Amino acid sequence: MASSVSLSEPIHHVALSLADQLPILQIIIPFITAPLIVFLGVRQLAWPLAFLASVLCVVTSSLLLKQVIDGSEISYQLGGWAPPLGIEYRVDAVNAFVLLLISGIASVVLFWARLGLKAEVPERSHALFYALFLLCLTGLMGVVITGDAFNVFVFLEISSLSTYVLIAQGCHQDKRAFTASYNYLIMGTIGATFFVIGIGFLYMATGTLNMADLADRIALQHDNRTIQAAFAFIVVGMGLKAAIYPLHLWMPNAYTFAPSPVVAFLSGTATKMALYVLLRFMFTVFQPAFLEEVPLIEAIILPFAIVAMFASSISAFAQRDLKRMLAHSSVAQLGYMMLGIGLFSHTGLTATVIHLFNHGITKAALFLGVGCYVFVVGGASYEKLKGLGKTMPWTSAAMVIAGLSLVGVPGTAGFVSKWILVQAAFEQGWWIFAFLIVLSSILAVAYVWRMIEALYLASPAEGAMSQEVPFLMLLPLWALALSTLYFGLFTDITLGAAKAAASGLMSGSSGMF
Amino acid sequence: MAGVFDTSTAIYLSMLFPAIGVVLNLLLRDQANLRDTMTFGIAFGTFLSVLCILANEGSGTSDTFVALSIMPGLEIAFNVEPLGLLFAVLASGLWMVTHLYGIGYMRGNNEKDHARFFACFSFAIFSVMGIAFSANMFTLFLFYEALTVSTYPLVAHKRTADAIKGARTYLAILMGSSICIQMVAIIWTYAITGTLDFTAGGILEGQISHMMAAILLALYAFGIGKAALMPFHRWLPAAMVAPTPVSALLHAVAVVKAGVFTMLKVGIYIFGIDFLAETGASDWLIWLAAYSIIAASVVAMTKDNLKARLAYSTISQLSYITLGVALATSMGVMGGGLHMVTHAMGKITLFMCAGSIYVVTHKTEISQMTGLGRRMPVTFIAFLIGSLSIIGLPPFAGSWSKWLLILASADTGEFIIIGVLLISSLLNVAYLMPLVAKGFFMTDSGKKDPITFGEGPLLLWIPLALTAFGCIVLFFYAGSIQDFLLPLIATP
Repeated sequence: MASSVSLSEPIHHVALSLADQLPILQIIIPFITAPLIVFLGVRQLAWPLAFLASVLCVVTSSLLLKQVIDGSEISYQLGGWAPPLGIEYRVDAVNAFVLLLISGIASVVLFWARLGLKAEVPERSHALFYALFLLCLTGLMGVVITGDAFNVFVFLEISSLSTYVLIAQGCHQDKRAFTASYNYLIMGTIGATFFVIGIGFLYMATGTLNMADLADRIALQHDNRTIQAAFAFIVVGMGLKAAIYPLHLWMPNAYTFAPSPVVAFLSGTATKMALYVLLRFMFTVFQPAFLEEVPLIEAIILPFAIVAMFASSISAFAQRDLKRMLAHSSVAQLGYMMLGIGLFSHTGLTATVIHLFNHGITKAALFLGVGCYVFVVGGASYEKLKGLGKTMPWTSAAMVIAGLSLVGVPGTAGFVSKWILVQAAFEQGWWIFAFLIVLSSILAVAYVWRMIEALYLASPAEGAMSQEVPFLMLLPLWALALSTLYFGLFTDITLGAAKAAASGLMSGSSGMF
Repeated sequence: MAGVFDTSTAIYLSMLFPAIGVVLNLLLRDQANLRDTMTFGIAFGTFLSVLCILANEGSGTSDTFVALSIMPGLEIAFNVEPLGLLFAVLASGLWMVTHLYGIGYMRGNNEKDHARFFACFSFAIFSVMGIAFSANMFTLFLFYEALTVSTYPLVAHKRTADAIKGARTYLAILMGSSICIQMVAIIWTYAITGTLDFTAGGILEGQISHMMAAILLALYAFGIGKAALMPFHRWLPAAMVAPTPVSALLHAVAVVKAGVFTMLKVGIYIFGIDFLAETGASDWLIWLAAYSIIAASVVAMTKDNLKARLAYSTISQLSYITLGVALATSMGVMGGGLHMVTHAMGKITLFMCAGSIYVVTHKTEISQMTGLGRRMPVTFIAFLIGSLSIIGLPPFAGSWSKWLLILASADTGEFIIIGVLLISSLLNVAYLMPLVAKGFFMTDSGKKDPITFGEGPLLLWIPLALTAFGCIVLFFYAGSIQDFLLPLIATP
C-alpha cells in the first residue's frame, strides 16, 4: 500500500510493517478513540484515553516527519486503491510538520483541560466533550493529510460538526453560547456548501477528485466558466471557514462564548487549517498561473486584508472583554496572512505560512491564559482582570510574553513573521503596505496594552487573595508562552518549513503536500 | 585588569551582572539592606567588566561575537568600538552613583515597591549595555525596545492617575515611533543592502539615490524617538512623573543617550559621514535640530516646575548631538560624541539636585525655592556647577563639546548655526541661573531665615557632589576622550 506514486509499476505484495501504516494511524487513532470513550461511558477513563490518543498522534506525526524530513514524499493509498480513483494520503516535510503542530497543540490543551475544564463544563459532560474534541482533531488532521479534494470536504465536516457542539458547551457558563454556536452552524454550513459546490463543478469539468490530477487538468482549461465558478465557490466557502474579513462575523461570538480550552485549540488550529486548505487549492490545485488570470488578488484579497488589519484591530481595542478582544485580533492577524498571499511572491507566502504557525501558538497561549483567569475569577472582562498581575503572577507573566508576541516585539515569534511580511512588501516595491503593516502593529500595541494595564496597573479588588492556578495548568500555558520566545529566536525549523512550503506553492508543484 | 577576561566574556559579563540584578531584587523582596548592598556590588561588577573591555581593546574595534543567528543576515551580535565603549563606561559608572542616590531618595521619600523599582532599573541597564555593544542595527533595535519596556514601569511607578497617563504617553510615543518609523527604516536598509552590520564608512554608499537617502535619514531621525527630536519630544516631559533617580540616570543619561547614540551609530556606521556630506542628505536635519535647540530652550523658560524645565533643557541639548551628526563632518561627530558625555555628567547632577530638594522640602516649583541655597549649600553649589557646564563655560566639561560643535559649523560654513549655538547658551543662562540666584540671594520676604544646615541624608547629597566634581574633572580630561574617539573619524 505504501509505494511510489507511479501507476505503471505493478503493485508488489510485500509484508507491511506498522511503520508503513503511519499515515492512516495518524487519523484512525483519534477517530477510534472518540467512540470508544462514549461506549465505555466511564467518566474517569475519558480524559486518560483522550490524552493518550493525542499523545500517540504526536508520536505518529513525529515519526512521519522523521521519514520525510529529507524531502521525500509518502503516498499512502487507502484500501490499496490506486489514485486517482482511490483516496490518497500524501505526506511530506511540510504537512508532517503541520500535523505535528495540530496534534501538539491538542495535547497541550488537553493536558490543561484535565484540571481547567471543570470550571466551565460540568463533569457529567466531560466524556462527551473529550470524544468530540478527538473527532475535531481527527477532522483537522484529515484535512491536512489527504490528497483528495472530496475527502477534504468530508474531514472538514467532521471537524466542523464537532466544533459546533464544542462551542455550544459554553452554555454552562452563558446561554448565549447557543446563539453563537447556531450562528456559526449556519455560516459554517453555507461555507461548506459553497465548498462542496465548487468541488462538484470541478468534478464536472475534469472528472477527477485527486488534487494532483485536478491540477493537471485545470491547467488545460483556464477559460472554462465552470472551473472559474468552482474557484469562486471554493474561495468564498473556505473564506467563511477561515473567518477572512468580511466573512468573519461568526467568529467573535463563537470565540467569546465557547469554553476556553476549545477556543485555545480552535484558534491555534481550525481557522489556520481553513487558510491552509485555501492556499492548497489556490496554489496547488488551481496553480499560480490561474491566479494571475482571475482578478482575485488585487480586487479582493489585498483590499480586504488591509481593511481587516485596521477595522478588526480597532474593534479589538474597543472590546471590554479579553476573550472578545483576542477574537477580534485573530481576524486582524488573519489580515496579515491574507496580505502575504496578496503580495503574491515567494517571500510573501513565506510570511503567510510562518505567521500561520507563529500566530497559532501565540493565540493558543493567550486563550489558555484566559482559561486560567476564568478558572479563578469566573470571567475575563477587564473589570474582572483588575490587579490580577499581583494575585496571579505566573499566569499574567505568561500572558505578557504571549501578548508581546501578538504585537510582534523583537525576540518573539510574532516579530519574525512581521519582519518577513514587511520585507516582502519592500521586495515588491510596495512601500505603502510596509507602512500600513507597521501602523497596524501600533493598534496591536494599543489593544494588548489595555490588557496589561488592567492586569498590572489597576489595584486588586478589596480583600483579593493571591490565588494562582495549579501548577499542572501553568505548565502547558508556559510551554506555549516559552515556545513563542523560542520560535522568535531560533527560526531554523519554522523558517525552513515556511520557505519550503512557499517554494512549493509558488512553483505550483504539489511539493507542499 | 587587562587579560582577566577576554573581550567577549567581558561583554557578556557586563550584561549578565545587571540581569542577575533583576533576579536578585525580585528574590530578595523583603530584605532591603541586603538587596541594596548586593545591587551596588552588581553595579560595581558591571563597571569593572566594562573597564576590563576598555583595558583589552582601548580605542580599537574588536571582532564581532555572534550570540544568536535568527535568520541569515539577522543576528544578535556584539562588538566593541570606541563610541559604544564610551557609552557603556558612562552608563555603568553613573549607575553606581545613581544607585546610591536612589537608595537615599527612595528611603528618604518613603516610596513604595523598592524591589520592583530596582529590578526594573537593573533591567534598563542590561538593555543599555546591549545597545552599547550591539554590532548591528537589529541587535540595537532589540535592546532599544527592551529599554522602552523596562523603563515603563519606572515611569508609572507611583501608580497615580497622573503617573499612568504620563507613562502611557511615554510608551505610546517611544513604541509608536520606533515600530512605525524606525523599523521601516531598518527593514528598508536591509532590503537595499542585505545587511545591517555597523560597518566603518557606512553600508549605503552607492546603493541609494540622494533623494531616497534623505528620506531614509528622516525615517531614522524621527524613528529614533529617544533622541527627542521635535516633534517627537513629548515623551520626555511626560516621563518626569517618574521618581527622580529615574529621571536622573535614565532620562538624562541612559534612555536619551541611547537615542542620540543610535543616531550617531546610524550616521557613522550605516550612512557613513562621507556619504552624508557628499549627498547632502542631512542638510534639512541641521535646520530641524537648530529649531529644536532654540524652541525647547524657549519652552524651558516658561516652565516653573523644575523637572519640567530640566526636561525641556534636555530636549534642547540632545539636539546638539543630532546637529553634530547632521553637520556630517568629523569635527561634528566628535563634538556630538563628546557632548554625549559632558551633557550626561551635567544633567545628572541637575536632576539629582532637583530630587534632593524635593525629598528635603517637597517643593517642585522654582518659584517656591527662594532662600533654599543657604539651607542646602551642597545641592545648590552642585546645581550651579552643573548649570555652568550645561551652559558651556570653562572650566566645566560642557565648554569643550560646544566649542567643537561651533568649530564644526564654521567648517561647513553654516554660520547661522554658530549664532544658534550662541543664542542657545544665552537661553541656558536665562533658564538655569534664576534658581541659583533665588536659592542664594533671595529670602522669603518678612520671614526670619534661620541659616541651618539642612541637607538630606548622606546618600542623597554625596552622589550629586561627586557628579558635580566630575563636571570639573572632565574639563581637564576632555582631550583624552577626544583621542579615544579619534578612530571614529579615521578614514577607513
